[in-house]
Amino acid sequence: MRGYLARKTLVYGVTFVVAVTLNWLIPRLMPGDPVQRMVARAAVQHPETIASMTEYYERTFGLDLPIWQQYLNYWAALFRGDLGTSVWLFPTPVSQVVLDAVPYTLGIMIPAILLSFVVGNSVGAMAARSRWLDNVALPVGYLITAMPYMWLAILLAWGFGVALGWFPVAGGYDFGLVPQWSWSFAGDLLQHWVLPFLSLFLVSLGGWAIGMRNLIIYELESDYANYLAALGAPRRLIRQYAFRNAMLPQITGLALQLGTILGGALVTEIVFAYPGLGKLVLSAIQNQDFFLLQGTLLFVVIGVLLANFVIDIVYVLVDPRTRTGLTGGTA
Amino acid sequence: MREEKGMTATQPVAGPGIEASEQPGVTGATSGGVMAGGRKPGGDTRETLYFALRNPKVVIGAVVVLGFLLVGLIGPAFLRFAPMDYAGPPMAPPSADFPFGTTTFGQDVFAQFVAGLRSTFLVGLLGGGVSAVIGMAIGFVAGYRGGLIDELLNMLTNVVLVIPGFVVLIIINAYLGVRSVPMQALYIGVFSWPWVARAVRAQTLSLRTRDFIDLAKLSGVGVGTILRREVAPNMYSYLFMTFVLLFGGSILTAASLDFIGLGPTNAMSLGLMMNQAVQWSALHLGLWWWFIPPGLGITLIVGSLYIMNVGLDEVFNPKLREM
Repeated sequence: MRGYLARKTLVYGVTFVVAVTLNWLIPRLMPGDPVQRMVARAAVQHPETIASMTEYYERTFGLDLPIWQQYLNYWAALFRGDLGTSVWLFPTPVSQVVLDAVPYTLGIMIPAILLSFVVGNSVGAMAARSRWLDNVALPVGYLITAMPYMWLAILLAWGFGVALGWFPVAGGYDFGLVPQWSWSFAGDLLQHWVLPFLSLFLVSLGGWAIGMRNLIIYELESDYANYLAALGAPRRLIRQYAFRNAMLPQITGLALQLGTILGGALVTEIVFAYPGLGKLVLSAIQNQDFFLLQGTLLFVVIGVLLANFVIDIVYVLVDPRTRTGLTGGTA
Repeated sequence: MREEKGMTATQPVAGPGIEASEQPGVTGATSGGVMAGGRKPGGDTRETLYFALRNPKVVIGAVVVLGFLLVGLIGPAFLRFAPMDYAGPPMAPPSADFPFGTTTFGQDVFAQFVAGLRSTFLVGLLGGGVSAVIGMAIGFVAGYRGGLIDELLNMLTNVVLVIPGFVVLIIINAYLGVRSVPMQALYIGVFSWPWVARAVRAQTLSLRTRDFIDLAKLSGVGVGTILRREVAPNMYSYLFMTFVLLFGGSILTAASLDFIGLGPTNAMSLGLMMNQAVQWSALHLGLWWWFIPPGLGITLIVGSLYIMNVGLDEVFNPKLREM
């Protein structure tokens, strides 16, 4: 178990360093003078702001320093939690802007991921070896899986929001309300949450169902299943064992899918103008606020790595082979 | 079943169950491609074609994909307007003149759709191609050479696998800018190869110890030749199916990037159409003909690719045909 977790930690550590390095390197590959370009791109008129921005960029990038020192400074700032200052929301630090948006993204992502995983796996397990359900679930599953996240979001917003008027289509809460701890605000928050959540939930659902169906069918063909059947074990019991074995690759699949689901969450938020990280990414791009963009994305990378680590620990808990140092859970 | 399980992709790139090919219980049964190991490559092309044409999943999937491809290829010849031309009355619903209606600016949605299809196929072909080539090269070398090279390549693969590729693509596109579809496809390809490399590596490992590989080694040919002439042909079916999935994955990733406004600046694409539709409040104005076609096009193309893949699995893996 220690070997397994140590190996994983090493991979995540290296990944983190690579991600931070890319985040540091890519802006420096920009053609021309980055400081001038970024100041020009920000399109602010106020001379004071321009002067302070130029000075700020130059100090932060420290372009007169040798390259290795720039790199080390970047890391030092990162560990102080200093991701720069947002240009778009000028004196607010990027870390503050990002932290304000994170709850909204987690609020739709975590329920959508967990629920689609549970429901998708159950549907898939039921569909396996049940002909009529399989004939319905399989094509529907493939089509849902093939849907671009934002298209389903657009359809839901149009259908349930605009046409039927059941749910609001934009924002995280009514623009007339001020965030506060009250029932009416909570209710409003929930109303705005339904469609983005549903959209993310539905797109993720199909993949889990198909994966589980295929895995169960494979498990039911294996020797242990045949042996149990030969011993006269009830069908329910055999399927239960098959399900437990099929869960392992599905959990690994969850870890692999996190980045993709997160990308889906970002575009879904954009459709619903939901005030999470996706909206932040879009605003940052539209306002050429590169500090905000980089800060947000760095945050996302760290989030994905942490979630991966949590899934690995769950894997250790559910797969006894990793505990006893046998195979299983490769890299 | 094996193949399908290993190959079924969830959203864009990888899918649950891809790992399964490395689970101890599964390695013995790798894939249809490897199972056909003893046969001469190319010798059973006619047989493959025979079964492929009789498999409804393959036929339906291929017809849908080729239909869209045809529209993208020959469609522009019949169009009277360029995608961005202000061609007719604004916000017109579908009619004989404008089969998909017009945008708020009076642009022909059908012209945009046709141009978008071209970008979609191009990004799928190039993006899928780039990631397939990188993934195969790394997988073959890691699996065949083993040792330190394997360790290093494996580490590289795992790192790229864990990095959220979409995020890096956003950074690259935002800073360096993407002017053309091929450029976008290249960037997408560079971040979607890891699971291919892992799967190819696992299969190469199992092929490496076969007799015919030893024979090739004895005859003194180089590593490249062995990989190309002895290892790869035994995985052609697998590699082809991998490419089909990568093709679909690239299309979905490109659509997301285009949608957040980081698409190519000199071309129309289906993702860009949705971006503009949302930006100019087509939802609130009820211009459904503006945002339904692009998403439906992507869904049908990618969905058909997935379903075709299930069918191809049955074609390549005779064990599945009876089902």
